[in-house]
Amino acid sequence: MMNYFGWIQLALFVGLLLALTKPMGVYLNRVLDVDGKTFLDPIMRPVERLFYFLLGIDPRKEQDWKQYSFSLIAFSLVGALFTYAILRLQHLLPLNPQGFGPVGDHLSFNTAVSFVTNTNWQSYGGESTMSYFSQMVGLALHNFTSAAAGIAVAAALVRGVSKNSSQTIGNFWTDLTRIILYLLLPICVVYSIFLVSQGMIQNFKPYETVQVVNPYTAQVIKKDVDGQEIKDERGNPEAEERKVETQTIVQGPMASQVAIKTLGTNGGGFTNANASHPYENPTPLSNFLQMLSILLIPSGLTYYLGRMVKNQRHGWAVWSAMAIILFVGLLVCWWAESTGNPHFRALGVDASSGNLEGKEARFGIFNSALFATTTTGTSCGAVNSMHDSFTPLGGLIPMLNIQLGEVIFGGVGAGLYGMLVFVVLAVFLAGLMIGKTPEYIGKKIEAYDVKASVMFIMVPVLSILGFTAWAAISPWGLAGLNNSGPHGFSEILYAYSSAAGNNGSAFAGLSTNSYWYDITLGIVMLLGRFFMIVPVLALAGNLAKKKLVPQSGGSFPVTGPIFTMLLIGTVLIVGALTFFPALSLGPIVEHYIMTHSSTLF
Amino acid sequence: MNNLISQIRISLVATIVLAVILCGVYPALIWEIAQALFPDKANGSLVIQNGKIIGSQLIAQNFTDAKYFHPRPSSAGDTGYDATSSGGSNLGPTSKKLIDLVRERVDTYRAENNLPQTILVPADAVTSSASGLDPHISVQNALLQAKRVAKARGIAENVVLSKIQANTHGRDLGILGEPRVNVLRLNLSLDAS
Repeated sequence: MMNYFGWIQLALFVGLLLALTKPMGVYLNRVLDVDGKTFLDPIMRPVERLFYFLLGIDPRKEQDWKQYSFSLIAFSLVGALFTYAILRLQHLLPLNPQGFGPVGDHLSFNTAVSFVTNTNWQSYGGESTMSYFSQMVGLALHNFTSAAAGIAVAAALVRGVSKNSSQTIGNFWTDLTRIILYLLLPICVVYSIFLVSQGMIQNFKPYETVQVVNPYTAQVIKKDVDGQEIKDERGNPEAEERKVETQTIVQGPMASQVAIKTLGTNGGGFTNANASHPYENPTPLSNFLQMLSILLIPSGLTYYLGRMVKNQRHGWAVWSAMAIILFVGLLVCWWAESTGNPHFRALGVDASSGNLEGKEARFGIFNSALFATTTTGTSCGAVNSMHDSFTPLGGLIPMLNIQLGEVIFGGVGAGLYGMLVFVVLAVFLAGLMIGKTPEYIGKKIEAYDVKASVMFIMVPVLSILGFTAWAAISPWGLAGLNNSGPHGFSEILYAYSSAAGNNGSAFAGLSTNSYWYDITLGIVMLLGRFFMIVPVLALAGNLAKKKLVPQSGGSFPVTGPIFTMLLIGTVLIVGALTFFPALSLGPIVEHYIMTHSSTLF
Repeated sequence: MNNLISQIRISLVATIVLAVILCGVYPALIWEIAQALFPDKANGSLVIQNGKIIGSQLIAQNFTDAKYFHPRPSSAGDTGYDATSSGGSNLGPTSKKLIDLVRERVDTYRAENNLPQTILVPADAVTSSASGLDPHISVQNALLQAKRVAKARGIAENVVLSKIQANTHGRDLGILGEPRVNVLRLNLSLDAS
C-alpha cells in the first residue's frame, strides 16, 4: 500500500524543496531588482540593454498600478492575437512536416486564450493538431511570457506591501525582461539538456513510421462522421477488424518546450498524454525533476516575500501554510489511489499495486499522486497520469486544490499574489476577532483593500459554479461527457475549475473541442486571469501609497504557527464552504456509491 | 490615446523580439547541443534492425503472439498503441465500460497464461496506461507470462526468466519510481537468442 519507498521519495522531495527555497528566493530578489547583480550579468546585461533600447523604455521609470496593469493587458492582447494568427495560418507557415491544416476558429480562440492566461487548457491533442512551428512559436512563447507576467504581478504586490508612501509599484517591461533573461531562460537551457539525457526528444524530423515486430489485427469500434459509435440493432457497438503493421511515432522539438512547461507552471503538453507520454517524461528521475521544477519558483517567491518585507519568518509562515495543505492533500490522494478500486479487487486483480488505470508503470502510485497534487496545487496542469481515472477521493484532491484558488504554492507569481490576498483577509478576520485595526506588516488594511481582496475571491467562485451549472443542464455540456453519473458531473466541474484557476489539467475524458465548450472555457480563463490580476494590482497600488507605521506590540503577528493555522483556516473555509455542495454531487457521492454498492454507470 | 498607441507599439516589439530569442534561438540551441551530446535519445531512442527502424525503446507496440511478452492494454487511438494519438481511457472508477473491460482482460490473461483462480492478476496487466504507450510492465506481470512464452518458443523457462532479469530496470538511483521491464527490449532479446 503506502510503502516505505514512497515515504523515502516524499522525504527527499520535501527536503530538496526546502533546501532550494532560500537560494531561489535570494536569486529572485536580485532578478526583480533593476539594479540587482547576478552571475549572468556578463552575458545578459548587453542583451538586456538591447531589449530596453528596442522597446524604447527607461527601465528605471516606475509605473503606478494603472499603467502597470495597462502594459500587462496590452502585451497579453497582442500575444493572444499573435498566437491566434499563427494557429489559423498554420498550413502556410514552415516546420509543418505532417502537413497539418489550419486550426479551427473556436479552437484557436480557446488555445490562444489558454496560453496567454498561463492555463494551457488543451481542447486539442498536440501531436495530431499542432505543427512544430505552432508549438514552438505560437504556444511556447506564452510559456515564457505568461509565467514572467505572473511573477511580475507578484513582485508588484510585494513592492506594494514593502514600499513607504509610494505612487509606483515597478515597471512591467523591466520586470518582464529581467525575469525572462535572468531566471527562466538560463534554467531552461540547462534543464532541457538534462531532459534529453533522460530520453526526451529534440529534433525537427517528420514523424517516424516503423514496421512493428508483431503485426496483428485489432478490433476497432466503427464510428460515424461525427465520431459517434455506430450501434447494431441490439445497441452494442459495431466492430470491424483492422490490420496493424506499422506504427507512426511522434517527433519534434519537445525538450525545449517541456522545460518551460513545468518551470513556468504552464502545463501544456507537447503530446496529448502530456507528462505521462514516455517521450515527454521518460524516467522516474525526469519525473522527479519535473515535479521539483514546478514548485521551485513559487516556493522561492515566499522567501523573496520575507526578504522584501524584512520579515523572513513571515515568508516561512506563508511557505508552511502552503506546504501543509499540499502534503496533507498528497497523503489523502496517495492513500486513496493505493487502496484502489473495490470493483477491480472483486475481479481477482492484485490490489497491492493500487489503482493503475490511467497510470504509467515506471511512476507507480506514489509518483502519480505526488505529481497530481503538485500540478494542481500550483497552476501547472501538466499530468503524468489521467486524473479522470483516479478513484473518487483521489480525484477530489486535485479538483479541490484548484478550487482553493491555486494558492498551494500556486502558479509562478499567481500563487504568491493569491496567497497574499488570503493573508490580507486572514489579517482582517483576526483584526475583527481581537477588536484591533487590521494591519499587515506596517500597513493598515482598510475597506478598499478588503473589497479588492473579496473581488479577487468572488471571480473564480462565480465563474466555476455558474458555468458548471449552465453546462450541466445544457445539451452541449452533456454531449462532451465520457462518463455518466456523478463522475460525468465531476468532469464538467473539473473543467471550469481548471479554467478559472488557470490550471489546465482536466478530467480529460470530457471532449471540449466544441463551439460552446471552447468559448465558455475561454471566457472563464480570461476572467480567472485578468479579473484577478487587476484587483491584485489595485491592491498593490493602494498598499504602496500607505505610510509604513512602525509595528507595535499590539499588532497581530504574521509569523509563527498561530498565523500559519489562521491562514490555512481562511483558505479552507472560503474554498471548502463554497465548493462542498458541488463536490458532494460529484466525487463525494461517487465515493460512497463505489464503496457501498455495486452500481455502475 | 497616446499612451495606448505607445503601449501597443512596445507590446508588438516585445512580442517579436522575444519570439526570436525564445522561439528561435533557444530551441535551436537546445537542438544543437542535444544532437551533439545525445543524438540517439534526441532522435527518439529508435531501434534499428537489419537497416529498418522497427520501433522505439520508449514507445509501446502491441505484441499478441504467445511467444512474445504482452504489453499493458492501450487506449491510444482506435487500434490502441497509436503513437500519433496518445492518451488513456479516461474512464472513471464507477464506469461500467471500464469494469467490463477489466473483467474481459482478467479472463483473457488467466486463460492465456493458464493461471488458477487463486493467483491474483497484476493490476498493470489489465488496466490501460495513461499514455497508451507505456513501454513497461511490472516484474510480477512478466514473471506470470514467462511460462507461456517459454512453452511457445520451446525453450526452458529458466532461459526466459534470466532474460526478464536482464531487461528489468530497477528504481532510478535506487529509490525513484518503480522496478519495471521493457517489453520491446525483452522480446527482441528473446528473438535474438
